[in-house]
This record gives sequence, structure tokens and C-alpha cells, in this order.
Amino acid sequence: MALNTMKEGHDGSGLGLVLKDLGGEFEKFKGLPIFSGIASSEGMRDLDNYMYAQGFEEVHMWQPNIDESAPEPETGRRDHYFAKVYQYPQLFRDRSQATQEELLLKTRLALRELGEEEESIFAFSFYPDIVTLKEVGDPLDLGHFFNLDDGSLQAKVILAQGRQNTNYDIYLYACHPFFLQGYCTMTNGENTAFVPIMEFLTSRGFPGYMGYNSDSEVFAHILHYTQRQLGYPLTYYKDVITPLSEKEIDSRKDGEALRLIRRSLRPLCIDGPNCVIGFTPDGSVFMVQDAKKLRPGIVGGVPGKYALMSEECGLDEAIPDRDRTSDFSPMKYDMAIISPGAGEMIRWNQLRGRSFPNVPKIIK
Amino acid sequence: MKPATRLDQNHELSLREFPYIIRWRDDRCTRCGRCTAVCPVNAIEAAPHVHRRVFSEGGVPNPQAQREVVHVVRQVTDIDRYCTGCGSCTLVCPNEAIEPEYNERNKFLTYKNRGGVPFRRGGRRNDPTPSTVDQLKFTRISMLTDPALDAGRHEFRIRTLLGRNLPAEALPLKRRGDWLLVSQAGGDGFIPPVREIYPIRIGSMSIGALSPHMWEGLAMGVAYLNEVEGMPVVMATGEGGIPPRLLKSRFAKYFILQIASGYFGWDEIVHAIPEMTEDPAAIEIKYGQGAKPGDGGLLMAYKVLKLIAQIRGVPEFVDLASPPTHQTKYSIEEAVAKMIQSMSMAWGFRVPVYPKISGTKTAMAVLNNLARNPYAGALCIDGEDGGTGAAYNVSMDKMGHPIASNIRDCYLDLVAQGKQNELPLIAAGGMGKTGNLAANAAAMIMLGASAVDTGKHIMQAAAWCFGDEYNRCNLCNTGRCPRGITTQDPKLYRRLDPDKVAERVVEVFKSADVELRKIFAPLGRSTELPIGMSDALGVADREIAERLGISHVV
Repeated sequence: MALNTMKEGHDGSGLGLVLKDLGGEFEKFKGLPIFSGIASSEGMRDLDNYMYAQGFEEVHMWQPNIDESAPEPETGRRDHYFAKVYQYPQLFRDRSQATQEELLLKTRLALRELGEEEESIFAFSFYPDIVTLKEVGDPLDLGHFFNLDDGSLQAKVILAQGRQNTNYDIYLYACHPFFLQGYCTMTNGENTAFVPIMEFLTSRGFPGYMGYNSDSEVFAHILHYTQRQLGYPLTYYKDVITPLSEKEIDSRKDGEALRLIRRSLRPLCIDGPNCVIGFTPDGSVFMVQDAKKLRPGIVGGVPGKYALMSEECGLDEAIPDRDRTSDFSPMKYDMAIISPGAGEMIRWNQLRGRSFPNVPKIIK
Repeated sequence: MKPATRLDQNHELSLREFPYIIRWRDDRCTRCGRCTAVCPVNAIEAAPHVHRRVFSEGGVPNPQAQREVVHVVRQVTDIDRYCTGCGSCTLVCPNEAIEPEYNERNKFLTYKNRGGVPFRRGGRRNDPTPSTVDQLKFTRISMLTDPALDAGRHEFRIRTLLGRNLPAEALPLKRRGDWLLVSQAGGDGFIPPVREIYPIRIGSMSIGALSPHMWEGLAMGVAYLNEVEGMPVVMATGEGGIPPRLLKSRFAKYFILQIASGYFGWDEIVHAIPEMTEDPAAIEIKYGQGAKPGDGGLLMAYKVLKLIAQIRGVPEFVDLASPPTHQTKYSIEEAVAKMIQSMSMAWGFRVPVYPKISGTKTAMAVLNNLARNPYAGALCIDGEDGGTGAAYNVSMDKMGHPIASNIRDCYLDLVAQGKQNELPLIAAGGMGKTGNLAANAAAMIMLGASAVDTGKHIMQAAAWCFGDEYNRCNLCNTGRCPRGITTQDPKLYRRLDPDKVAERVVEVFKSADVELRKIFAPLGRSTELPIGMSDALGVADREIAERLGISHVV
């Protein structure tokens, strides 16, 4: 369905999907890491050998039920599209979440390196309860090709982008959405401040801040850095990427903290034009705009089912039966947050804080 | 045999040796005498010539010769009274009868060392070729994929930070509930002071080097920019103190107090601290000057008049030569760190303190020491294209380090350590060398500077300074500045109207602000400065491109 909403908005360059809160065949593997990727036969062999050597135990593998009648991806059909569920190595089973996450990251980066030169392995994500699917080509055709309607893939939170990075060479690692340790974003627009932001992130000494085949990848990493590494509440993501002016900061009760953050994270300011949609590990989904609101974006829905879209026509296609007067297009100071479990839409404003006008009744 | 020198002037210089040759037109000259009166170096003088005039009277040709004495304006060939090309004569001439012309093939430096004293002057490096910074272009123009901003209508925040920024991990923040972060500042941790300022500053030029009118004009311009235009432009005092009344006023916050190796003026400043109502913008510890690396400041005795002597706390009419280095600074790890700390302590750790060094290959060593010093607020690097009030020509022309690669290396070094936002770099020396102040500033910012200083550009733009890179004028050291900028002679500095200087300062900054927007808008940068946005730069010279890590465009 997510793909159907893109009929008018894609340029036929690719498809990227990140799914969270999985149902279907993944439901019984909650807590176990899932490796999502693409591999050639050779790459698959390398991958299996590597995982075996590291002590990972494969417990399940999902592969798309490829529709042979659908047109193939532009770059040709690859040998294996898959998501494999693993049991942690013995040593890591009872370790802390941080230790496990570190292992998963290290493993994913090692596999990425292993298959990068020959393009034999594309390692998209390796994390519990997350499946990533990416391919080059027309997103609707790819939807048919992967037979996404067959019900084998079910998830409560879906980030879908019907485009590759449009401005550079088409490359799978450059395809939105970008995921790192539970944090995921996708972006409409170009990140003009990419170079200083990338330099800042790569110099944080965190191994996951790498890649950057697309200028939009930094949005996911800024989210990861501010939330996971620095422990900020979600709304501070907005304050970091589009900082208020000194005068505006005075109006905030956390002004003193904000001023310090703005100075210390000055290189992470984006200048757009960008609309960023993302989710965090607790299942919150959000949308923010650059400080000039140079891209469209709309959020709407009913409790239990919300959609965050670039265009209103997409929202109409996704959730036609909703109260349109409650739709929300975040402006320059706004952040739209869908609470975990799609319970409610929170409108947060950098100057005014939280507000709940026109929020439909919450059904619990 | 007796030498014939006296007869054929064999040991005199010819005019062809001189850097400027006076073009004087007999037919236009009214002999009013203004040019010879105004010439700051007495390079021209009225002289009698005997002409033989042939004339004829009556209806039939009847040529007769007559000798008559005429007065001409003559250029002297005394090397100590060389024409500096300032052009004051042209300026005052009512009939456009006189003009100095640059002589490219001059051999001036060959002879300008009489008495074993090398050529000394003020001004800037005599090298008219465009600097590296001037060759950089902004080649990342947002087009359809990322629409350019509108320099005229969009909101732009052209501000930078002066002072050390803590790494985010070190901020004393505490989470309160799910939504709020609160600052625990004021506890044990030290949060370094930071000022939000305009990214173009007026670099340090001392009261003493500058005339009272010039300094007053700059100061008034800066105050106006802050209080009326809302542009937080700051200005460094240079070594030589600051008028006590200004120091105690509410305007003190617009000034960076400089302390240099002579500590001139600091006795007065230290005594005034208890009476200060505002903290200064920052304290700049000068270790070096880009225009004359290895030399200390120098104020010639004849510029040390009563006012200057009072502000600096010295007797009148003595040469004030600052030592080339701070005599007490035996090591950067200890003595320099202590000085930074003591200066911080003097204002209760509320004022950023940072060193200024001349551009040098060793800048990175300094940088790394400062990066580890939690009290160092920035590093200002002054490149070879900077100016000075007095120095040996050889220091100005042949010594120093270009600013572009110095700043770039330092920035990338900070990036490698993840400290690019912690210690701001300030670039000085040659900003606006060819009049492109905003473009030079933007280019340096994209190479990694947080701010730039302008000195001689603002002197030219605000006070009509004659100086250029062809050794024009450069009389700052003599106290005979024909514009009244660098002189303490009231007859000369009364030529300069401080109000007009202030007006020009405001005009220069306002137009630079427009130009910065014009540069930043197409790059899509408006909220923060494009510090380190090197992908926006391009240059036609391959070697420059490689050296600076920017794109090579042809």
C-alpha cells in the first residue's frame, strides 16, 4: 500500500523499505537480530562462513516470493534477497543490549566490507525486529517483483521511499531509508551542509558513522547521535538540526540547555531543503522540516493508523477515512510525532512546546 | 687623476631608480605650491630653471633668443625623500598638473639602505598578485535539486561563535521527564564563555598606531553597527590599551582587548577592571603578527604624544618597541596556558581568551596545544598578507605564511580529532586584499575558519588609505600619514573626519553582509555559517585545489 501512494511521486529510480514491529513469520523471533541484505551466491557463501565463524546461529530465513512474471530490477536480478534471523553467539546471549548492539554493528560493518568491492554482499541492517529491502528500479514494478502483497512481510511501522538518491549514481547503499541501531530516517530534499555534518559525525569516533553514499544518510546518524549517544528527548532532534536564534531561545524554559546544545552541535545544523521522516527504537515516528520549510509534508490518520507523507494525495490514498481537518503539515518550527503504537499525533512546536488542537479522540 | 664625480653626478641616483616618477605638466601648472606643501616626504620641490626662449616679433621672421628663469616642480633624487606614490599632490592640484607614476623597473630596494639601515615602512606586503584566497570561487550553486535560497527575502543568520564550545558529551545537561533537558551549569563543571559575533571582525590596530580620529571613527562605527544595525561586529584594540572612559563604558563589550609582548596599556586596564560595567568581547594575546613574523610591535617616538603616553602608561616621545616574543613565555604547555588562565581569571572566567599567532608552518603544533587547553577560547592565525604600522620591508615582503593552507591544515587537523567545533579558528591577513572582503571571508569560512579579521581593508575602505601592493605610500611608520590615519600629528589627523570614518565602517559592513547573503544563498546556507563547507569551493589552479582539498574547476 505504501508503494501505491507513490504513484505520482517517484522517479522510478528505486525502492527502499525499512519495516519495524514485525508480524507474520518474524513474530516469533522478537529479540533476535535479523540481517537484511542482498548477496550473490558467492557472497552468500562468504556471509554464511563469516557468521558461522563468529558464532551466529541461523534460525530462520525469509526470502521474497519473487513474481517471475514481473519485470526484473534495472540492474538485473540478484542471486539472493533475504532476511536471516540469527541467534546471538553463546557469549553474547545474556549480555547487555549495548554490548549486543555493538556486536551487531561490528558484524554488519565487517560483512559490508567483505562484499563491498565485488558488490557480492549488501548489508543493509542487522538488528532485532527490523527488515530492510532495497533495490534499484521502478518501485511499483519492484513491489510486484518482490510480491510484497503476499502477506509474508507484515509490520506496524513502515518507512518506504520510492526513490534512490536522485542526484548521484544509483547505488544500493545510497538508497533511503537509512537505519542505524534502531534509528531510521528518510528524507526528501538535498542536504546542502552535507560535508561539514559528515566530517563532524565521522570524527565522533563511532564506527557506525560511515558510508555516506548519500547526503541524506547523515539525518539518520544525527538522530542516532542525539538520541542514543547523547540521550536527548526526541524533540531536541528538531532543535539540533534547525536551531533557534539566540533571541528565540530566550523564550524557552530550557533555554539555557538549548543554548549550550546549539553551540556544541553547531555543525549539525541543516539548512535544507529537507523533510525528514523517521522512527526511533520505542516506535515513535516523526516528521520535521528544514528551517525554511522548503519541502512538502503532511501527517494524518486515525488513532492506530497514521501516515506521514510528502503529498496529500498519498495520504488520501493511504487513509481515506480520516478527519482531514486534523491533518497536520509541519511548518518551520514544528515536529509531528506519532506516539508508539500509533496512539496519537503530537504536535510539537519549537517556540510553543506541545499542543493538542484537533486531535481525534484517543481510543485505547 | 682626480675623480670626475663632482662634475657628472656619477654617484647620484637617476629618477629611473625610483619607484614612482612624478609626471608634472608645465602647461597646466599654476605654481600654486599646494603639491610641494602637501608632499609628506618632500619628494618634490619648487626649483628654478633657466630656459632659452626663441621668439620672433614683427611681420617678418626675426628669431631672437632670450634666457629666462622659470619655476618648475622638480622631483628630488635623494633616496631618503623618494616619492612614495601616495598621490597627495594629485589630490590637491587644482589643474591636474601633477601625478606620480609607478615605475615597474625601479631599483629602489637596491639603494634604500643608507647608513646600513634596511628599508623600513608600514603597510602591507608588496605583492600585487592575487592571493590564493582571492582565486577561490564558489562553485556549488543550488539548482533544481535543492532550490537556492533568496538572499533578499529569506531569513539569514550570519553569526559566529567566539570562544570554546564544549563537546556535546561534556555538557552539564540533565533529562527531566520525557521531554525536557535542563542545564546544570553553575555546578562544578566549567562552561567556557562564548560570544555570538559577526563573522567579520575589525582586526587589531592600536590606538597610537592609529590616529585618535581614525580609532574613534572605527569605534563609533562598531558601536553603531551593534546598537542600531543589530550587527554584533567586534573590534580588537591592538596593543596599546584603550581609552579608560571607553573601557568603563557600556561600549566595552564591543572590544577585544589585546595584550602583546610590551603589555602597553595594561597597567591602566588592570586598574580599571573594578570600574568596568561590561565585560570586553574577548582578550586576544598577541604572539605574532602575520605581516612581520618574528617582530614585535613598534611605535616610533614621534608618535608617542601625551594621549598615547597616558593610555599606554609610558613617558612621552620614546620609541615603544615590544619584544618579538613574550619574555615570560618559556613554554606553551605551561607559561602560555598560565597566561590564558590568568587573563580568564581577571574577568571571572566570563571572557573568552585566545592567542593570535602569525601564520607559520608550526601553527598546528600551537593548535594542538590549545586544543588540549580547556581555557583557550580560539586560535587566530594572521597570514602573510596582513598589514602593519611599522616593520622592516624584508619581514613584510619575504616572511610569513599564506593564510589559506594554514587555516585549512589546522581545520582538518581539528576534524581528525573531532574538535572542529570546539576551538574556533579565526583567519586574518589579506582579507579584502583586492576589495573582495565578503568573498574572501566566505572562502576562508568554507576552508574552516569561524571568523575573519580585516585591518588594512577597513583602513582603505573607511579612511581612504592610499596604500596598495605597489609600495604606494606605506608611510605609516613615519607618522606622516597624508590621510591622517596613522599619525599623531594634529595637523595631519584633523584631515580625517571621525564621523565619516564611522559612516564608511557601517557602509562596508552592511554591504559585506549583503554580499555574504548573496554567496550563502545559492549554496543553500542560511542558519549557520558554512564552516568547512569545502565542497562549495573551486579553483582553476590544480595545485591549489589539491593542496586545499577542493575541486579543480576550469
